[in-house]
Amino acid sequence: MNTLKTSTTMATGSATPAAAPTGPAGEPLPRRSQISPIADAVAIMDQIPGGGLILTTVEAALNWGRASSIWPLTFGLACCAIEMMAAYASRFDLDRMGIIPRATPRQADLIIVAGRATIRIAPIVRRLWEQMPELRYVISMGSCATCGGPFYYDNYSILKGIDQVIPVDVYVPGCPPRPEALIEGILKLQEKIKREPILRQQAAAALRGA
Amino acid sequence: MALRTEELMLNMGPQHPSTHGVLRLVVTLDGENVMDVQPDIGYLHSSVEKMMEHRTYVQNVALVDRGMDYLIALNNEQAYCLAVEQLAGIVTPERARYIRVIFDELNRIASHLVWLGTWAIDLGATTVFLWCFREREMILDLFEKVTGGRLHHVYYRLGGVYADLPEGWVEECGAFLDYFLTRVDEYETLLTKNPIFLARTKGVGTISRADAIAMGASGPVARASGVAYDVRKAAPYEVYDRMEFNVPVLTDGDCYARYLVRLTEMRESVRILRQALLNLPGGEIRARVPMTMKAPRGEIYVHTESPRGDLGIYLVSDGGETPYRVKIRAPSFSNLYALTEMMKGWKIADVIAILGSIDIVLSDVDR
Repeated sequence: MNTLKTSTTMATGSATPAAAPTGPAGEPLPRRSQISPIADAVAIMDQIPGGGLILTTVEAALNWGRASSIWPLTFGLACCAIEMMAAYASRFDLDRMGIIPRATPRQADLIIVAGRATIRIAPIVRRLWEQMPELRYVISMGSCATCGGPFYYDNYSILKGIDQVIPVDVYVPGCPPRPEALIEGILKLQEKIKREPILRQQAAAALRGA
Repeated sequence: MALRTEELMLNMGPQHPSTHGVLRLVVTLDGENVMDVQPDIGYLHSSVEKMMEHRTYVQNVALVDRGMDYLIALNNEQAYCLAVEQLAGIVTPERARYIRVIFDELNRIASHLVWLGTWAIDLGATTVFLWCFREREMILDLFEKVTGGRLHHVYYRLGGVYADLPEGWVEECGAFLDYFLTRVDEYETLLTKNPIFLARTKGVGTISRADAIAMGASGPVARASGVAYDVRKAAPYEVYDRMEFNVPVLTDGDCYARYLVRLTEMRESVRILRQALLNLPGGEIRARVPMTMKAPRGEIYVHTESPRGDLGIYLVSDGGETPYRVKIRAPSFSNLYALTEMMKGWKIADVIAILGSIDIVLSDVDR
């Protein structure tokens, strides 16, 4: 948190190099950086006593919302997609965890790479991932998406793991994984989302970009 | 003043919720009318035929599950095991042949249920999808009790099957069949006389008998166009020659006919299953085949009736432990040829309905 505070003041200073406003004791005052409202809010909160606690509480509320409504992209490659469909369907019913499939990457938070990816489809998976809005997650479902699986040896067309193309958050093992295994993977992803300090991450990202 | 018009090229896929996998369709449009459709395949090419040359005959059973059509793992194993057995002269025990027929037909029902559910969801009927998967889970439970797997089983072995049916399974399967027939009637109440469904399927995507034959279509797609051909009748394998069942044939050749053919096939599968369960003999389930078996020099072509059509395997052996060359005749691949003929002249909204009606699985097309 300390490093973030310094970087905030530095960035504010560099935006107005002539006269940085100072307080009565000569310390730099927090001011609107014109860079990012989140960065400003985080900087102000970090400087008031107890602000960090409030920030963490707000983050927890935000993360609870994000983790409880993960919208995955409907994108199946091979056999695992059938088990993914089974997970959406009657018996396993992913809807009860707030998971509603979206048909376009522009509305999706999560891409479940279900099945073997060929070298030919790899650029398309990459483009779909790039089309998703930020704070996106990837679940690699099944052995093939994880490492090539049974198609590892003597094979000229299968990509040996989707993590050569896009970063993966959760690996779900199995050939194919049962729907229960996919649900377990999604629960792991929810845990991960709930731990993320998203406000501070976004503030730092905004300042890096400035 | 004449308006200038030009044709529009539309890419559908590879990521599209209704392409049933990673198929890319290059559709040429004149307004809303489809002028031409060119399928672009190969996005799921798994080089399985090449891989099979590097694995022994016994190992390959696990590979045909995944590398070929993944919805019908047991029918793939059936075709492959039949080819090797006929080449090597292995005689399968009577009980194993009956068990194989039981599992082939159960897998046919499961595959048709996935087709019906996903096609109905393409046409906007979400309930059918949920109902179909409800019954499919029950079939998968039956599979799991015997094979241990839901989707990929590796249950058939060269010369038989891996394990015998557990106690009480036959009765359980019989009870499921009684239940399932009432459910098929239930699907019909949702779709068969539904005006929206009829408007989207009846008379849409027709293909004539001559065209279906010329394009090499098989299975329900050909039978809906009046081709009375079923490998189970034409060249019976296992114990299909002892079973009494009808092959549904319709002459309309449209999406609706393909739907009716598959629904009737599910009922006929139940009929076959009942006979097989009733006449199931006792005895051995597996002939003694060494793990390092070698097939004699030669070649063989075996075809079976998979849920999608005529599934053939051409196997060449040079006398070693691994096949010298394997060629898979995939029914979906040939049915895809017929797709262009079916779609020409229809509207863009019908593309989804027609594509779903041929029950395409891209793993089968690309292999």
